[in-house]
Amino acid sequence: MINTSNLTKTFGEHAAVDRLTLDIADGEVFGFLGPNGAGKTTTIRMLTCLIAPTSGSARVLDYEVGRDDQQIRRNVGILTETPGMYDRLSAYRNLSIFARLYEVEKVDFQVEKYLKLLGLWERRNDPVGEFSKGMRQKLAIGRALLHEPRVLFLDEPTSALDPEASRLVHDFIGELKGRGRTIFLCTHNLDEADRLCDRVAVFKTHLRVVDTPGRLRQQVYGRQVVFHLAGPAETFLPIVQALPFVKAAEAKEDKLILSLDDPETHNPDIVRALVGAGAGIQFVGELRYSLEDVYLQLMKEEPATA
Amino acid sequence: MDKIITIISKEWAEVFKNKLVFFSVLFLPLILAALPLGMLFAFSRIEGMETELNDPEIMKLAGQMCVGLNPMDCSLVYTLNLFVLMFMILPVAIPVTIAAYSIVGEKMTRSLEPLLATPITTVELLTAKIIAAVVPAIAATWVAFGIFFIGAWLLTPPAVFAAFFKPHWLLAIFVVAPLLTILATCIAVIVSSRVTDPRVAEQLSALVILPLILLVVGQSMGLILIDEQLMFLLGGIVLALDVILLYLAIRLFQRETILTRWK
Repeated sequence: MINTSNLTKTFGEHAAVDRLTLDIADGEVFGFLGPNGAGKTTTIRMLTCLIAPTSGSARVLDYEVGRDDQQIRRNVGILTETPGMYDRLSAYRNLSIFARLYEVEKVDFQVEKYLKLLGLWERRNDPVGEFSKGMRQKLAIGRALLHEPRVLFLDEPTSALDPEASRLVHDFIGELKGRGRTIFLCTHNLDEADRLCDRVAVFKTHLRVVDTPGRLRQQVYGRQVVFHLAGPAETFLPIVQALPFVKAAEAKEDKLILSLDDPETHNPDIVRALVGAGAGIQFVGELRYSLEDVYLQLMKEEPATA
Repeated sequence: MDKIITIISKEWAEVFKNKLVFFSVLFLPLILAALPLGMLFAFSRIEGMETELNDPEIMKLAGQMCVGLNPMDCSLVYTLNLFVLMFMILPVAIPVTIAAYSIVGEKMTRSLEPLLATPITTVELLTAKIIAAVVPAIAATWVAFGIFFIGAWLLTPPAVFAAFFKPHWLLAIFVVAPLLTILATCIAVIVSSRVTDPRVAEQLSALVILPLILLVVGQSMGLILIDEQLMFLLGGIVLALDVILLYLAIRLFQRETILTRWK
């Protein structure tokens, strides 16, 4: 659906995007994570044919960037970083303008559909300048969908939105995912990426890693299981360290934190060993790191030159 | 064509809700039409004005304009000729305001990026933007000129009107003025796609008025005789410039530069 090969964009001496190679499948929600200035928006702009790559190649929906730009523009939707609406015009007029530019056949039908879907129908005749940030963002999402694009590029869809509006946008993205749209989601909101994305890429000028959020956690931290004991855990540390499948073990007050490859198989053995040694086990759980922890860890590992 | 019409209607809907632009399109032509008519009306009503206007010096300045007229009538012809030149400045002033806001305004509200992401071509976009600025300017000029023309016909003696109304003015208003409008709009589009403040775009684009002011000054001092030949020459030059500037406007409208150099 979206493929890039060594896609590069430089501005003068500065490389904004360096040899980006990606394959995004049909119907996938793909999170593109990175700090400010990482080149995320530049990547979206290249893939939506707003700017030309310096080198490398990219295909979107089997159309080649740089050769089939009009076809790509017809078939993708983009939510830009700022909504960029015509403030003096009504919500209805804003959407109908874009529906015509996207060559939509049933303009009124599509405009009404999305205004209703986004809960803006009652305000359709109001100038957009009177809308809240959340309403403008919703309207901009509607604008990106008017022509029913198979691929949707969303650049920070929930930035500057309150939790309620963010929730609404998340639910809407979830719905789109359910309908099989391919979504390329640039975000700073790692919780958002964790919840919505099938896979995420961590990117800072060049691609750092790509995988599912779960596998990224495993790659960075491995799988860790915490055993809460009835008493100091330090006493039982040598017991677990002696077990061959325990990769690492740490005692913190009444907790034993163990790194394991396959907790489902080995947890019963550990429980038996600890109980055999006289430990009172209160409960056992997997230690779950947030995507934010993973992201920050990956960013720390980023070479200074990148 | 549908996209061009969509952008034109969007421009008009948006631009005319901008009070500054709306007033410049509405009031400037009305003032320009009303001012000379008010003067003509005053000339015929104010006592002692005949003596004031009966100045033989005016005959020297007016030259060929006043063959066979007395100094009083010559003054009226001279005044009308000066004012009609203003109707060539008008279609240059109006579109500059609209066109300057057209691109820079989109930059400022960040609406240009989603617009450029649609399947609209640069030629379609700029054609629409230019038409959206040119048509109101020409329409306002023609309406204002129509008012001026009818008023002059009603308020001046037949001999004065006959001496004033020459075919070169029709050429000026209906051919050269629209060409000048396109010229000014192209310059405004070129400037506004390279600056980030509509006021800068407007001021730089307004420089195109300067040659026209020279024409006004030249005529008022009797240095230039405006006739059909001069209008054909002027029309030819402006037409050639229009073609060059239209080409340049499209070439210089670099989507990437506009998007990536936003501050």
